[in-house]
Amino acid sequence: MDEISKVVRDYIIREYVPEGDDREITETTPLISSGLVDSFSMVSLLRFLEKKYAIHIPDSAATPEAFDSVERIVTLVRRFQKVEVGSV
Amino acid sequence: MSFSNVVRQGYQSEIEGIQAAGLFKEERYIHSPQSAEIEVEFPVGSAIRKCINICSNNYLGLSSHPEVIAAAHAGLDGRGYGMSSVRFICGTQDMHRELEKRLTEFLGTEDTLLFPSCMDANAGFFEACLNEHDVMIADRLVHASIVDGMRLCKAMQDTYKHSDMGHLKEKLQEHQDKRFRMVITDGVFSMDGDTAKLADIVALAEEYNAMVFVDDSHATGFIGKTGRGTHEHCGVFGKIDVITTTLGKALGGASGGCVSGRRELVEMCRQRARPYLFSNAVAPVIVAGALKVLDLISTTTERRDKLEWNARYWRGLLKEAGFDLKEGDTPIVPVMLYDAKLAQDFARDLFNEGVYAVGFFFPVVPKGQARIRTQLSAAHEKHHLDFAIEAFRKAGQKNGILGLGKKELLARCVA
Repeated sequence: MDEISKVVRDYIIREYVPEGDDREITETTPLISSGLVDSFSMVSLLRFLEKKYAIHIPDSAATPEAFDSVERIVTLVRRFQKVEVGSV
Repeated sequence: MSFSNVVRQGYQSEIEGIQAAGLFKEERYIHSPQSAEIEVEFPVGSAIRKCINICSNNYLGLSSHPEVIAAAHAGLDGRGYGMSSVRFICGTQDMHRELEKRLTEFLGTEDTLLFPSCMDANAGFFEACLNEHDVMIADRLVHASIVDGMRLCKAMQDTYKHSDMGHLKEKLQEHQDKRFRMVITDGVFSMDGDTAKLADIVALAEEYNAMVFVDDSHATGFIGKTGRGTHEHCGVFGKIDVITTTLGKALGGASGGCVSGRRELVEMCRQRARPYLFSNAVAPVIVAGALKVLDLISTTTERRDKLEWNARYWRGLLKEAGFDLKEGDTPIVPVMLYDAKLAQDFARDLFNEGVYAVGFFFPVVPKGQARIRTQLSAAHEKHHLDFAIEAFRKAGQKNGILGLGKKELLARCVA
């Protein structure tokens, strides 16, 4: 697992997995569609990513589909990292 | 024509999608007053049948109480049918002021403001009282109306794992740079029937300089020794900064809600809360009925005591029969089925046995967490519950779920 995936996965576990719940979170574990993360609680994940990676993710890109797995979140982060670099 | 065939077909397709997913909700028609026993037409056009109702918010059995009805009649006769006005123009009667004063005393706060519903109170409160320099930190299972109200507010939004005080502490520490912090929770959580850890929340709020907001709609009137609510139950009466609650459940069951709490917060709502400023005043008939309800529950705890007994008895019956329940000690007792179709089939089977309860599934509860949410009332007598458990047993046997735990039930999930 690459560094960004690890950071995202560790955050998801810390922020969303209830105490005592031993479920495994892999790069492809459904997050939104499984109900682990919903649109109400997703806001802290969005904020974490923007702060950690110094990016801005517009509302139009911050969809449940884009956040539905660690893998998809990492894709999103990389996409907007490129955008930030491109805009310099 | 703006509603073209294309638009119509678009929506029809979406509705068909809901049906195909097994998530379509149907109304049933009740041909009697709300009570422990009701007369129901379901499906539409079928013969009306008598059922035991085990899913209403009529916790104290006052929705059709003769004294409440008489008081409502007196309110109609003395103060008319409707105000035809928002409160601040010409919609405030002496009775509104009296009810607000009585609610303030009952809840142990500094001031109270009526709203058309608690949904409206929650919709209007945050925007009126917090701004972009503040943060709202909500339990992840707060009521949908609180989520909606928070979304209308420019303050930062954050959430903590349900009832997880360690996680709440982390959030409070994280947000010490904000102007104001507000911890937001239900008192009793409406889908799971568990109670917020208000004593711990208040302690953390004091330590980290935060306000506390509690929606006590499923608690006011019957939780706590004298029914004041979750704050009484948790030993923090007088320490909650804002309580919102409804008149539409235990307190008569008609409609109406309120914000009750620190004087200044209530005044901010009076000045700025949009549902208060732009929606009609609570009708005199409802105010009169609610005043009588407060009379009835302020002089005796008989009803809330009976409700407590009923809840304990019902929970014991369900456990003995082999149902998977959410743990708790409130009159909300969810029977967990996990699968949406099973929940609907089970509700239909119950109805065929003369018990009225409704399946709860997505989006009311998260996917894979479908249930029958049973709710006790002081109007239930022991024989109602003894009858109901037999219906539950039969439906449980028919669906092959008795004695199955969460893992086995989840394994049966198809949706």
